[in-house]
Amino acid sequence: MRTPLIRSGAALVAAAALTLPAAPALAAPTPSPGAATVTKAGTSFLTATGITAGQPVRVGASTGDYLYWSFPADAGQVHEITGTVTFPKGRTGASTWTVEVFDGLRRRQACTAGAQTPTAAASATSVALGCTLRQVRSWAEPWSADPLPGTYYVRLSVVDLPEPDLGLPVDVELLVSAVGDGDAPDDGELSAPLVPNTKAGTVLTAEPATPAEEDDEGFLDGWLPDLSSRWIWTTTGGVLAAVAGVVGFALTRRPRRP
Amino acid sequence: MDLTRIRPVINNRRSTAVIRGLLAATVLLGTVVAPGAPARADEETPAGPPRVELVLDVSGSMRARDIDGRSRISVAQQAFNEVVDALPEETQLGIRVLGATYKGKDKKVGCQDTQQIVPVGPVDRTQAKAAVATLRPTGFTPVGLALRSAAEDLGSGATARRIVLITDGEDTCAPPDPCEVARELAAQGTKLVVDTLGLAPDEKVRRQLLCIAGATGGTYTAAQSADELTGRIKQLVDRARDTYTAAPAVVGGSARCPDAPLLAPGVYTDRERFSEHRWYRVPVRAGQELRASVSIALDRPVAPDHGVLLRATAPDGRELVRGVDAGSGRTDVVSAGLRWSADADAEDADEARDADDAEGGETPAPGGVDAAPTTVCLVVSNAFAPRPGTRATPGMPIELTVDVVASSPAPAGPDLGRGWWLLVLLTLAGLATGLVAGLLTRWWVATWREN
Repeated sequence: MRTPLIRSGAALVAAAALTLPAAPALAAPTPSPGAATVTKAGTSFLTATGITAGQPVRVGASTGDYLYWSFPADAGQVHEITGTVTFPKGRTGASTWTVEVFDGLRRRQACTAGAQTPTAAASATSVALGCTLRQVRSWAEPWSADPLPGTYYVRLSVVDLPEPDLGLPVDVELLVSAVGDGDAPDDGELSAPLVPNTKAGTVLTAEPATPAEEDDEGFLDGWLPDLSSRWIWTTTGGVLAAVAGVVGFALTRRPRRP
Repeated sequence: MDLTRIRPVINNRRSTAVIRGLLAATVLLGTVVAPGAPARADEETPAGPPRVELVLDVSGSMRARDIDGRSRISVAQQAFNEVVDALPEETQLGIRVLGATYKGKDKKVGCQDTQQIVPVGPVDRTQAKAAVATLRPTGFTPVGLALRSAAEDLGSGATARRIVLITDGEDTCAPPDPCEVARELAAQGTKLVVDTLGLAPDEKVRRQLLCIAGATGGTYTAAQSADELTGRIKQLVDRARDTYTAAPAVVGGSARCPDAPLLAPGVYTDRERFSEHRWYRVPVRAGQELRASVSIALDRPVAPDHGVLLRATAPDGRELVRGVDAGSGRTDVVSAGLRWSADADAEDADEARDADDAEGGETPAPGGVDAAPTTVCLVVSNAFAPRPGTRATPGMPIELTVDVVASSPAPAGPDLGRGWWLLVLLTLAGLATGLVAGLLTRWWVATWREN
């Protein structure tokens, strides 16, 4: 009687351990295998070159260029940006470099870790930059500055240097890596991700007329709760608990004698 | 065979299988429910092909043999040949030269010396190379005039255009000052970027080219070898193809909200002077969310500390939300953005209307009807300070992005759980309850039988 109980308990724990996702490891970011290297960079928010997490960037540039890239982010992810600026030629003095991140609304994003604004000595041949972003939330109040799903912009530039060094060639390497499976612990959802509208605008001559919107909400829509993933999790949990209860009850039964 | 021994084992196996199956089902469900990647904005195909013009200085100083032991002009010619060979099919390229023909000393004539040797359009490679090969370093350096003519060559259009200026010497023909010309061209409304390349530049050339590049949002490169020059021109031509976008719509913000231009979603460009406020209006309905961002470009030397403020206000002047950013030091643009949802304000408007009704007031409350748009005023202001000698006009370029999307209401659901730990906890709790219930039942049955 005791042996089957212990066995089934062990099996349950083992099954749970198998299915539990491994804790995210915060190791040094590496490019995704097979990802194509990006050899371009934009020069403004509108012309930023699109990249994805895990895609390495290697681009030649001039000292003083403002290099822009953009990448998509999902709720629950934490992005880490690492970059290296290599100087193939000698320079006259120390220079300070920076990597800045903005969201789809061009709002500055805080770095929680990383050398965001390192200074390279005149003799240095390269300088490493880094920035770890906050975890992307699935929803936030419009007035808040929380990171939300959508497009993010990375800008790499030099902020301070002796003027004669402007225009000298540099090699820039950058990698955006994402930790997290896009599974946010938050509830709520952003109806449209923060992806900027890049179409040319039109100036309206008058306030647009109200479109005759049909009230197509069903009778039940008002009070039926949204079927979020929490309903599924909780229901599954209830079912599992019931099954486990029956199993537990069955284990205590005396084996029937013939 | 003794069945009594086997039975519990079978039971045990079956229950384990059931638990495993359930857990597997949950894994599948969890995967399906996980949100997908956010949809990217649909790529827009701008009208017209990318247009680039290379502007090459063929003034007398290009004779100097100081790049890898070769003359500057031969290095430039080689670079042009390679660029023409590697030109992407759809890119329309033109070539303009300055100081190429007039050999005399008359500055007045020499400073009009600029010609387009390859018209902007689909490139005939042989013809273009032949035209470049005949160039001999000759005359003056009318950079300003050449820039103005190059802008005319590229014409106006809905897409961004690029000029690549390659020069080795300072402009010898000012006025017009090339930097002023660049600023004037940039302010004309058509999106024009001037990238500059200095061949073995000295300090004066560097200053001038930096000024031209800064005024138009372009880049500056000091080329000290043939490879560097070729690589950079190729990169700039490719960039013109890869990153050219529809130019933003030009709009003129006003000094007050009531007569401000009414904007539909999209990208706009405007100019703002030091300490100026520019107002715009955006109609937003209840259930919609306004998203706006602004970038002010630093196209001239300003004091190191700077800031930009974007505020959204109600028509009555009440502030709804603000976006702000400030910084210090070298930068290209300073940006701020904001989100504002109409939900809360619709309630406010309703309250206001109720209050009006109670007072018997006759003023119609804005946003009284649910779907009627509330007009939100956006005001852009800056905290830039000019350095001594910095020109205040035209204003600094503003890029304003406006979007109106469905609002995202606050999550309001019952307190439910989620996650693997919840499943494990509930299962263990169920198991424990089952065991306790089973043991209690056994004890109770045993006691009942005894009695």
